[in-house]
Amino acid sequence: MIKNRKAGIGMKRNLMRMAGLTAGAVLIVLGIVRGEPAEIWEKAVRVCLECIGIG
Amino acid sequence: MSRMHRHRLNAARLRPVIQLLAAAVCNGYAAGLAKGHLYSGRGKLLCLPVLNCYSCPAALGSCPVGALQTVAAGGRHRISFYALGILLLCGTLFGRLLCGFACPFGFLQDLLARIPLRKRNIPRKADRMLRYLKYAVLFFLVLLLPAVIRDDYGLGKPWFCKYLCPAGTLEAGIPHLLADPRLRALTGMLFSWKLTVLAALLLAAVRIPRCFCRYLCPLGAFYALCSRFSVHQITVQPDACSACGACASACPMGIDPAKGVNGAECIRCGKCKAACHTGAIR
Repeated sequence: MIKNRKAGIGMKRNLMRMAGLTAGAVLIVLGIVRGEPAEIWEKAVRVCLECIGIG
Repeated sequence: MSRMHRHRLNAARLRPVIQLLAAAVCNGYAAGLAKGHLYSGRGKLLCLPVLNCYSCPAALGSCPVGALQTVAAGGRHRISFYALGILLLCGTLFGRLLCGFACPFGFLQDLLARIPLRKRNIPRKADRMLRYLKYAVLFFLVLLLPAVIRDDYGLGKPWFCKYLCPAGTLEAGIPHLLADPRLRALTGMLFSWKLTVLAALLLAAVRIPRCFCRYLCPLGAFYALCSRFSVHQITVQPDACSACGACASACPMGIDPAKGVNGAECIRCGKCKAACHTGAIR
């Protein structure tokens, strides 16, 4: 019975992993399609005074 | 001493070296430190999976927490799929292992915790309540407020970076102020507040190891949500455990690994493994 329970937990964990990896990859692709890396890059290459507590 | 125990000790000793390397890789733009300007190459298209300010003169990549707020505050989208995807991918693969091995601010706290002052035990009830704070920081300061509260131009604010992030003050605020005298004239109440937050957290880290990671880090909160199902896991063999409590004393996050590792708080630093004399933790 304990063995079955452990197998169930393991299967659930594997499903969560697959869902996490798939959702992560899909979100990255969607973000790239929406042009988010360029938006982030623009912010990251200039000193953001507001972000560092000056502005 | 058994061969396996020796191996675990070596792995624990190797961790600071890995942390130092990770900090150097995240902040490897030496020219930026020397000249006081930011790296503007393609590396900043990528969000590094750790808390490392992209306004730091030495930063080679972007901060995922900053990226989430930038996109939410920018007015075009309410949430950054890109940064969220990178976090979900890294969280599913590694969980909070990244906090234990790769985060530069975590490394700094580990170094501070080595100062030989007696460590403070937070009462269990208060500790449990305080640990929920980081989820509130993630939800309100990083995800909700930058997307919802907007100025007349339709732009939001990076609430976490602006009011709380100690890594930004340390890695970007202070170096830029040292390098550029014109910026010093612009500092006011906000910078004083951020310096106070930084000083308080660094001082607290001496007595309460990893205090920022335990209670306030939004990235730690996100990875904590992934930790239970992440690919990298630690196992405890109950049959081999002698319940000596050595693992709980060694844990910098203040948890008892014998009662359950792989929960939201374990940063997979391996100190419990090195402390365990029976080899029950693997």
